[in-house]
Amino acid sequence: MHRFEYYAPASLDEAVALLKEHGDGVKLLAGGTDLLVQMKEAGLHPPAVVSLHAVPGLDGIEFDEASGLRIGARVDVASIESNDVTEQRYTALAEGAGIVGSIQTRNMATIGGNIANAAPSADTAPPLAVFDAVAEIIGAGGQREVPVIELFDGPGSTILTTDEVITGFKLPTPPANTGSVYQRHTPRKIMDIAAVSVGIRLSLDNGKIGEARVCLGAVAPTIIRASDAEEALTGQAPTDALFAKAAELAQAASSPISDVRGSAEFRRHLVGVMTKRCLDIALERAQD
Amino acid sequence: MAKLEVHYTINGRKHEAYIEPNLTLLDVVRDDLRLTGSKEGCGTGDCGACTMIVDGKLVTACLMLAPQADGAEITTIEGVAENGTLHPVQQAFLDKGAVQCGFCIPGMILAGKVLLDQNPKPNDYEIREAIAGNLCRCTGYTKIVEAIAAAAEA
Ligand SMILES: Cc1cc2nc3c(=O)[nH]c(=O)nc-3n(C[C@H](O)[C@H](O)[C@H](O)COP(=O)(O)OP(=O)(O)OC[C@H]3O[C@@H](n4cnc5c(N)ncnc54)[C@H](O)[C@@H]3O)c2cc1C
Ligand code: FES
Ligand code: FES
Repeated sequence: MHRFEYYAPASLDEAVALLKEHGDGVKLLAGGTDLLVQMKEAGLHPPAVVSLHAVPGLDGIEFDEASGLRIGARVDVASIESNDVTEQRYTALAEGAGIVGSIQTRNMATIGGNIANAAPSADTAPPLAVFDAVAEIIGAGGQREVPVIELFDGPGSTILTTDEVITGFKLPTPPANTGSVYQRHTPRKIMDIAAVSVGIRLSLDNGKIGEARVCLGAVAPTIIRASDAEEALTGQAPTDALFAKAAELAQAASSPISDVRGSAEFRRHLVGVMTKRCLDIALERAQD
Repeated sequence: MAKLEVHYTINGRKHEAYIEPNLTLLDVVRDDLRLTGSKEGCGTGDCGACTMIVDGKLVTACLMLAPQADGAEITTIEGVAENGTLHPVQQAFLDKGAVQCGFCIPGMILAGKVLLDQNPKPNDYEIREAIAGNLCRCTGYTKIVEAIAAAAEA
């Protein structure tokens, strides 16, 4: 790795001030599992690195019925995978967190880093989106909250300015009778990144679908909501025919590219198969 | 660029080093502290040869910036045996002939040890999952899985 100035601020204010002072090119460091790989292999040479490890207030997974779930940005995905509340209430998120890399990777990889790195294949992104998660952000200009689905503006790129830090994520309490699931297809079973990923949430209301979220990863420059599929599902009684229709609409929403993990045609085919499969699973879980 | 002072407790012993911040924990442990049991294979988190236990968690030290681990309690392969007695996982690797060139073995043993600490009776799938982040370039996985299973019985 090239040389850089290293800072380990002890507060958020200090971190933001350092980011502002150093401007373009300065990099925040959380778990390092993306940043260090980029600095070693991808020609990224930041003049300054600001580590978040000593900044308070970025930890913890807290749930309360009224306000929902709050996950600090520095929480590692292993802790999210094994948390009782995420497992039971936010199942898709526990599944996304549990699929990242190896045990070693999951112990280091933070949820804030996974989102800020903005890979279209990031495994916690579709799960956060299906729960309408909002990112809490602090910067030199103050605080703001942005829905996770609106954070990304291209592969590896977010709308965050250089002086902004994600401090955590807020996920509303899902309605009763909710089922959710996250699955990805990878050429290898583990230690690979998604060729296609699908996150679904179905919230039932008197036997009908009250709320539907269908979020696709790795088939567009950013994760995308398949809004037409969501609209088609909402207010309807769940049937095989309806799910097949929604799967087609999800396919239509995707715009995959061809690469080593699969051709565009294969990926589009998978979007259909996986959306249908995940809808079935989400329904079963919602009815449980 | 100013050098930083870092303190680690490695295998129960206190160490300090003056380092450039652009080094990884693996670099410092191997090159400054001369504990060369941990290996560098890929340098990018894929192979697990650099695996250490840092504050109770299995990590790839090639992706941990050295100053980030300041103050940490670290276990490397050198600290797994106690008073000259091999850890059951180490003994099982010998008994089962699970070691070929040996390059992946420190990481494999630490991954196996952490697995058994958390799940004393893992099944075959759980063992394979636990070493998913550890590549063996000699591809001796069958014996490695057998050895971890045998250590669980021991
Ligand atoms: C072997 C291996 C396997 C992997 N497998 C997967 C996988 O299966 N699925 C997957 O999704 N990812 C995978 N990854 C990628 C990576 O582990 C994750 O994206 C991880 O969550 C990144 O988090 P981090 O804390 O390590 O981020 P870092 O590397 O510390 O940071 C990543 C980026 O986010 C920025 N950042 C970090 N925290 C914040 C914050 N709070 N606010 C603003 N910006 C911030 C950093 O500046 C940097 O640009 C893998 C990586 C490795 C090395
Ligand atoms: S050297 Fe660290 S994972 Fe390969
Ligand atoms: S024994 Fe040679 S790499 Fe595993």
